[in-house]
Amino acid sequence: MDKYSQIILLGIATGIAARIFMLRNDYRSYPSYPHGYVTHISLGIIAAALGSIAIPALLEKEFTAVTFLVLAAQQFRDIRNMERETLSKLENYNMVPRGFDYIEGIAKTFEARNYLVILVSLVSTGTAVLFNIWIGIFAGIFTIFISGFLMRGDFVKDIAIVKIGKLHFEKSLLMVDNIVIMNIGLEDSKKKILSEGIGLIIHPKNDNARATLNNLGQRQAILHDVSVLVGSKLETGEPDWTPLMRKDIDTGKLALYILPNEKDVECVIQAVYQTPILESAVQKPLESKIGRKAAD
Amino acid sequence: MEIAIKEQILAVVTEYPEKVQGNFGIFITKNDQETQHLALLLSRILKAMVHDLENGVYIIVKH
Repeated sequence: MDKYSQIILLGIATGIAARIFMLRNDYRSYPSYPHGYVTHISLGIIAAALGSIAIPALLEKEFTAVTFLVLAAQQFRDIRNMERETLSKLENYNMVPRGFDYIEGIAKTFEARNYLVILVSLVSTGTAVLFNIWIGIFAGIFTIFISGFLMRGDFVKDIAIVKIGKLHFEKSLLMVDNIVIMNIGLEDSKKKILSEGIGLIIHPKNDNARATLNNLGQRQAILHDVSVLVGSKLETGEPDWTPLMRKDIDTGKLALYILPNEKDVECVIQAVYQTPILESAVQKPLESKIGRKAAD
Repeated sequence: MEIAIKEQILAVVTEYPEKVQGNFGIFITKNDQETQHLALLLSRILKAMVHDLENGVYIIVKH
């Protein structure tokens, strides 16, 4: 056997393992269908193969082989486009849409996961060449866990506190505490909302959180996740049940209204806490001098 | 492709026609009950929302 074949096989194996590890099928239910798995695992295999051959190629002074990595980057950028396109098309038939920010976040994650696969393969083949194959295996597994840890972003629970708010009407205005949600005209809808609806108040922990939660994409992501997790009674042609979030312009706290399938407040609060913070929504005014000064 | 008129008053339901003027469907009713029922029907037909202007005038708007 060629001196590198074992090492390359090791790199491919750890790369594929990394891709499978990252292909979790959670409540976001994406990708939830077998064909989605096949697509991503196949691309994962390609990424793993590319990552594994890079170091042996360099050692053999086959420098042109390394330029294939550049090609790979282009290839994987297409994954982002593919995900974005698919999810955007499905968006029209989503009761509570994800919003473009959430889609962009998901698409970016899928692209990044392939780069991580390349990294895992590179590390494991590299260490296998330097030391031996066992250390290569160990380094590969270690990198998988490290990348999993590093790729885990923040959640709403890290930046905000969610409390129950009082859902009530001031004449025709639906309010959660002192925040106006919307104007409702039908008496029957009002009765149903009062008996079955849930109102929450989301208090941002600091000014960074306030700026982040101010983003409409982030708010839509929260609404989408909550409606997926606890269910929403929203029906096409019945906009009174649309889950909504509105901001108290003076304090920056947010009011959330939803008509869930089950009136279980604790579950709705947990669902809000579990929503990921979107990369595109993150803003950090407190990192700047002006922001800090304005905050006090 | 679905085309709809959004963020505009599609229809008005009221007991008080003197309070409304304009170039849209104005439905005049006899009492509050009829207003509510007609508003409900229109909202379901137009897939739109009923808003209460708090002066006895209800508007149907698609968002």
